[in-house]
Order: sequence, then C-alpha cells, then structure tokens
Amino acid sequence: MKFNQIDSDLLNTIASITEVPKGAVNIRKDGQPLIRMSSPNIIIKPKEDKPGIDVIVKPGTKNESVHIPVLVTQAGLQDLVYNTFEIGEDADVTIIAGCGIHNESHQDSGHDGIHEFIIKPKARVRYVEKHYGAGSGRGKKVLNPTTVVRIGSEAYAEMEMVQIEGVDDTYRKTIAYVEDKAHLKIVERLLTHRRQSAQSDIEISIEGKGGSAQILSRSVGKDESYQVFKASMIGKTECTGHVECDSIIMGNAVIKAIPSLEAENSEAVLTHEAAIGKIAGEQLIKLMSLGLTEEEAVNTIIEGFLR
Amino acid sequence: MLRLEQVSMSVNDSNGGNKDILHNIDLDFTSGKLYAITGPNGGGKTSLAKVIMGIYDLSAGQIFLHDEEISHLTVSERAHKGIAYAFQQPPRFKGLTVSDLLKIAYGDIDIMGLRKSLRDVGLCPEDYLDRDVGPGLSGGEMKRIEIAQVLARQATISIFDEPEAGVDLWTIQRLIGIIVNRFKDNPNCTAIIITHNENVLPICDEIIVLEEGRIRDRGTYQEIWPSIREDIECKRRLECRGEFGYEI
Repeated sequence: MKFNQIDSDLLNTIASITEVPKGAVNIRKDGQPLIRMSSPNIIIKPKEDKPGIDVIVKPGTKNESVHIPVLVTQAGLQDLVYNTFEIGEDADVTIIAGCGIHNESHQDSGHDGIHEFIIKPKARVRYVEKHYGAGSGRGKKVLNPTTVVRIGSEAYAEMEMVQIEGVDDTYRKTIAYVEDKAHLKIVERLLTHRRQSAQSDIEISIEGKGGSAQILSRSVGKDESYQVFKASMIGKTECTGHVECDSIIMGNAVIKAIPSLEAENSEAVLTHEAAIGKIAGEQLIKLMSLGLTEEEAVNTIIEGFLR
Repeated sequence: MLRLEQVSMSVNDSNGGNKDILHNIDLDFTSGKLYAITGPNGGGKTSLAKVIMGIYDLSAGQIFLHDEEISHLTVSERAHKGIAYAFQQPPRFKGLTVSDLLKIAYGDIDIMGLRKSLRDVGLCPEDYLDRDVGPGLSGGEMKRIEIAQVLARQATISIFDEPEAGVDLWTIQRLIGIIVNRFKDNPNCTAIIITHNENVLPICDEIIVLEEGRIRDRGTYQEIWPSIREDIECKRRLECRGEFGYEI
C-alpha cells in the first residue's frame, strides 16, 4: 500500500511510519478504516454498536507492537471513535497511537478519541500517543482525547502523550485506576503557540495496596497561547504517588498548573512539584557560548525540555 | 592574539548608581602561552572572563582578537571567532544530555570522538553520554563535562573559570595535565585559567593578579609568587589577630 504525500507526512510525524508496519495495524482515515490487520496474538476487530475497534492482546504475548494511528484530512470532519484495549495477563506490548490532522479549509476539523484500557495482572504496556496538526487553512484543528485506564495487580503501564504542534484546541481527559502493586507512569509533553488552547485533566486513583503512580508533565506555552494542567492523585491505601509539572512560559502565554493530592489512608505517600518560568538566561548564554544563535539556543532548550 | 585596551565594566548598584567592577584593564595574551588569573574573591576575575566572552558589556574600552575589534560582537559571534569559556558554575538543563552538549560544542563528531572527550576528563562514556545535564549530576561531574565541551571547541582562546572547583583531588591533576598538554607551547591557541589553586600557578607561563578590578601584578611564577605568598601570610596574621587578639 502506498500513502499519498499528506498521509505519509502525518504518519511519519505521529507514528514514525513510512510504510505499513509489521504486526497488528489499524490506520483510520477520515472516519473510515484504511488498513486493518491482526496478528496471531493481537486481534483487532470493529465494534458493532459504535465506531471504533477492540484490540485484544492474548495473555503471555511478548515484545509485540500495535500501530493504530488516525488521520483526518477531510475539511470539516468531526471524527469520533471508541477504542478498547484489553491486554492479557503477563503480556508485554507497545501501542503506537496518535492523530494527525491536515486542514487546508476554513472549516474546523477534529478527532475525539475515547480510549479504554483494561490491563490484566502482570501485563506490561507502553502506550505512545502523538498529536499533530498541519495545513494552512483558517479552520481549527481540534483534538479531544479521553483515556480511561484500569491497571490490574502487579501490572505496569507507561503512557507517553505528546502534542507536538499545530493543534489549535485540545481538551485531554485521563482517568486511571491502579490496583495492588501495579505501577502507572504518565508522561505528558505539550507545546502551544499562537492563540492555541490546551487543557489537560489527569486523575489517578491508587486503589490497591503497594500501588504507585507518577505524572510527569512538561509544557511550553508560546505567543498568546493558553494552557491549563490539572493533575489529581488520590491514594486510597498504602501507596506512593508523585506529580511533577514543569512549564516554560514565553511571549504572552498564560499557563495554569493545578496539582492536587488526596490521601485517604495514613500509609499513602503523595508528593508534588510544580514550576512555571521562562528560559533561564544562563542556559541561553551557555549554549550561545558554544556557538548557537539565541534563536537556535531557545529551540534547543525547548526541544530537549519536551523530549 | 587577544588584546584588551582600557577595558572597564560596571553594574548598577542597589542605590541606583553604578559600581565599577573592572577599571581600565590593559592586557594582552599571546598564542602558545598558558595564563593564570588569580587574586582575592570579588577582584573581578570572572567578570573579566565574561567581558572577553561577551556575556557582560563593556562600559569603556576595546577588545581585539587578531587585531580585529570584537567588542561589539555577541556571545555566539565571539564563539565562532574562536573564544570558548568554561563556566565557573555551569547551568543545568532539563532534557538535554551530555551527548547533546558535546555535539553542539564539536559541531560535527562521531560517537568515538564523544567517548574520547569524556574519557579525557575522567568520565566513563557509557555512564554519562545519555545522562541529562540536570540535577542528577554532582558539581564535580558538571565541571568535568563543562571542561570537555570547551576542549571540544578547539578554540583559539579558551578560558577556564576555576576548573578545580568541586573536582576531586584524584581528577584535578589529570584535568590540569590535559589543559597543559593541549595548550602549552601550542602556537595556535591560548588558555587562560582563573584559579585559586596554588598548584596551577607554577605550570602557567604568566600570572596576572587581579584585585578590586585592577591588575595588581603580572609576571612569571618566580616573579609573582613571593608577593602572593607574602600577601597570604599577611592576611592570615590579620585574621588571627582579629580572632584571638594577638599575633601568632
């Protein structure tokens, strides 16, 4: 299968795909399946009652990956999709998701992805989701992902959610439940510029004894953009949780960081750090002393910060 | 090679006036020589280095490199002209790795070159190349990585601001050895070491003593050391008198 140039650029940016990847794949374009392939251990099947897919990873599956990128290139399309991931006991998989919107029109285009993860005991999952907008149209590129995760006992999930650039409006909602001795790590990277707006609400409830969770958020707000980051960690039993939100603010951007901790058990250990500030002058000078221009130094610092 | 003419620098003080940091400094540095700048704290040593690098603006005077005036150039323009500066307290970065900074410093280098540059400063490449230049590194590790970057620049003028600070006893001799090997009698470059370490002074061709923003002394180690030693002894006697009420 050969992708057209726009599809190819979007796929490369959001999922590092230049050709159809091996293993289980589901590429959705403009509300329709473009490619769908299961593998012996990972079954992808369409939902019967609503748009979307079920991804079922058989117990014990090791070192396999699933690619499920979404493309929106049709002017004015508001795509809505429900995806469910069931990761079998003791499986170890990587899920590469992401959405790229290309909008050359004056109509808004958007994608709302509602994801549910059921991670069975002792499974390990790495989930990578990149969001990106391109095209010179006046129409907005809007992405509103909702993610619900339930992590079974002794399971591990690492979720990396990145908004690279070009997304005008986003509201991300992430809810997670962590059971006995399970661990969840959420890494969020966000860049907004011009008049873009981004809100991210993350709520993690650690419900099982010995469970742990981390939220690490880094964002850069440029120009006139606006960001709100809310991170809520609830410890219901003996557990550990940490929230860290770090932002670089530039131009006339506005950034709000609202970490929240709630301990419902005296054995819960919950911590948070939050910092918002401009790029330190000494960092710029240091990189300029190595020969970078001021603009190159700023870009290098931001690139590293959001890596 | 590098010439400072009547260089002065001042900063705003808390009363809204100006405080002079450097006063009419005349200095010249020739290629193939190793220079030490020493003197009491607050004497203007780091300010002088930052003025040469373009980090601080001059309030008067001119700076020339190879007879070309560079006083008006930015920090990055001076870096491209061949001036490199190892910061006394190198800044930390979130997300940038040791490898990232070395690649920027070199411009173009392969992995073998990166590894060698870390080994030269006594760091194991496997342990450091992918580490963030962030809070996870100690002060001594930061200094060694900073020195590796300046060595990587292969600059005409390399300024090391207290390279010994925070570096353990086992490594400092090695670092000094690397600086000496690279710069001593090398006709293409010059090193300026700002230092408080008396072991560094004898290996330098010339020592400049800066005090209260002025050059107090300049000469070889043999010429300068007696007056520095006398100064140190005098200060020690004064401190003892102040503390104990009698001279020892």
